[in-house]
Amino acid sequence: MSRSRGFTIWLLISIVVASVLTLIALPEPLRVLRPFWLALIVIYWTIESPDQHGLGFAFLLGLLQDVLIGTMLGEHAFRLAIISFIVLRFRSRMRFFPMWQQALAVGALLLNDRVVVLLLRAIAGDFAIDWRYWLAPMVGAALWPWIFLLLDDLRSRGRQRES
Amino acid sequence: MPVYSAEGAPLFSEGSGGSLRLLAYLAIAAALMAVDVRTGLLRDVRAAASAVIAPLQTVATAPLRVAKAAREATAQRAGLVSENADLRKQLLFAQAKIDRLAIVQEQNNRLRALLDARQKLGLKAQLAELVDVDLDPYRHRILINQGSAHGVFVGEAVIDADGLVGQVLSVEGERATIILLSDPSHAVPVRVQRTGLRVIAYGSGDLTRIELPHVPFSADIKAGDLLVTSGIGGRFPPGLPVAIVYEVETDNSATFAVAQARPLAGIASATELLLVSDETLALSPLPMPESEFVGPPEGLRTAPPGEGAP
Repeated sequence: MSRSRGFTIWLLISIVVASVLTLIALPEPLRVLRPFWLALIVIYWTIESPDQHGLGFAFLLGLLQDVLIGTMLGEHAFRLAIISFIVLRFRSRMRFFPMWQQALAVGALLLNDRVVVLLLRAIAGDFAIDWRYWLAPMVGAALWPWIFLLLDDLRSRGRQRES
Repeated sequence: MPVYSAEGAPLFSEGSGGSLRLLAYLAIAAALMAVDVRTGLLRDVRAAASAVIAPLQTVATAPLRVAKAAREATAQRAGLVSENADLRKQLLFAQAKIDRLAIVQEQNNRLRALLDARQKLGLKAQLAELVDVDLDPYRHRILINQGSAHGVFVGEAVIDADGLVGQVLSVEGERATIILLSDPSHAVPVRVQRTGLRVIAYGSGDLTRIELPHVPFSADIKAGDLLVTSGIGGRFPPGLPVAIVYEVETDNSATFAVAQARPLAGIASATELLLVSDETLALSPLPMPESEFVGPPEGLRTAPPGEGAP
């Protein structure tokens, strides 16, 4: 799989869009439901082209997110590296899962990520959560099929145009 | 070469997801976090990176700004007129209050002069607007559009029209991060206005509640009491309203009372904020003692540390 130009462009666009979606202000009740957009992007690109998007890619994106929302430098890098690692391990299975099963797997990944955050923040200092803390992974899982199909479609179109 | 399980080797290149690499990355991330939290070494890196990130933030806030502008443009004239009338009324009330306060202030100054107390300079205040980007809802941080370029400094108190919101946590050129007083790692020294009792109010992780965990049983505090900043510690100017106590109960060990209070400021909804600092504080940071030594006074010392005995 060579790194074609269309490919890189879609990659960059998806990262920028995910970053904006991460930052965009939501009404108060919806704030806690915001999924971990960048994780969804990382999962997609890791499944699709693991050769170029391994742990290093996830790590760098994590650093970007840390600067973006002002968390401890390395926190998101840590989280995304773990996600990317698990996806790489189970990639060959996840790829051929039916869509609903894939969404469940993504939900489990994001849930695991929430636990990691809890640990990291508990070590770094005080951190209080409520039950709504666990809702965001469900939203992420519910959105996964749409994101997957959308990115797949955009990417294949880009490829057709190029050939 | 060892044979891996079925989902292993053939489908992805060797090493791209190795456990060792994961450990290496996690170690780097952990080291970064430790350095970032414990020391200020990465502050410059972060500030530089933030300059690059600023355009993204601008893009993210665009839809909201457009919506706001559209709403203002299409607002009904009648609505504006009634709003204007309301504001006028509020202004009148505020003006009346200020007039009364001015008299009290004058009286206060006279009394202070009689007591020969140190004259307090006024408050330095600076208007800042919220940058409408969403940081993690569980982190109780907000971003404002004023930074070191505008003279904002770390530790400056942040208020809105109703009360204390928090304090400045870090500053960059054009932006500053504020930690809200509801953050579990935030504490503010307060005074019960009715009785003068001094306590410390901690954030609870809930935007609508702060906690006063260690109030002596004998202390006179009850629901409805107003908490204002005490000014102890020098961080917050004294007298800013903070919260209203709504519940007092005993804690688990039954040795202290625990009071819950509701912040007066619209922490979740404030869009215009005021950065305030005591002018005296801003001009001269707290005087630090010359030496670290805090032992007995001069005459009682036998051999001061550092000067080796002959």
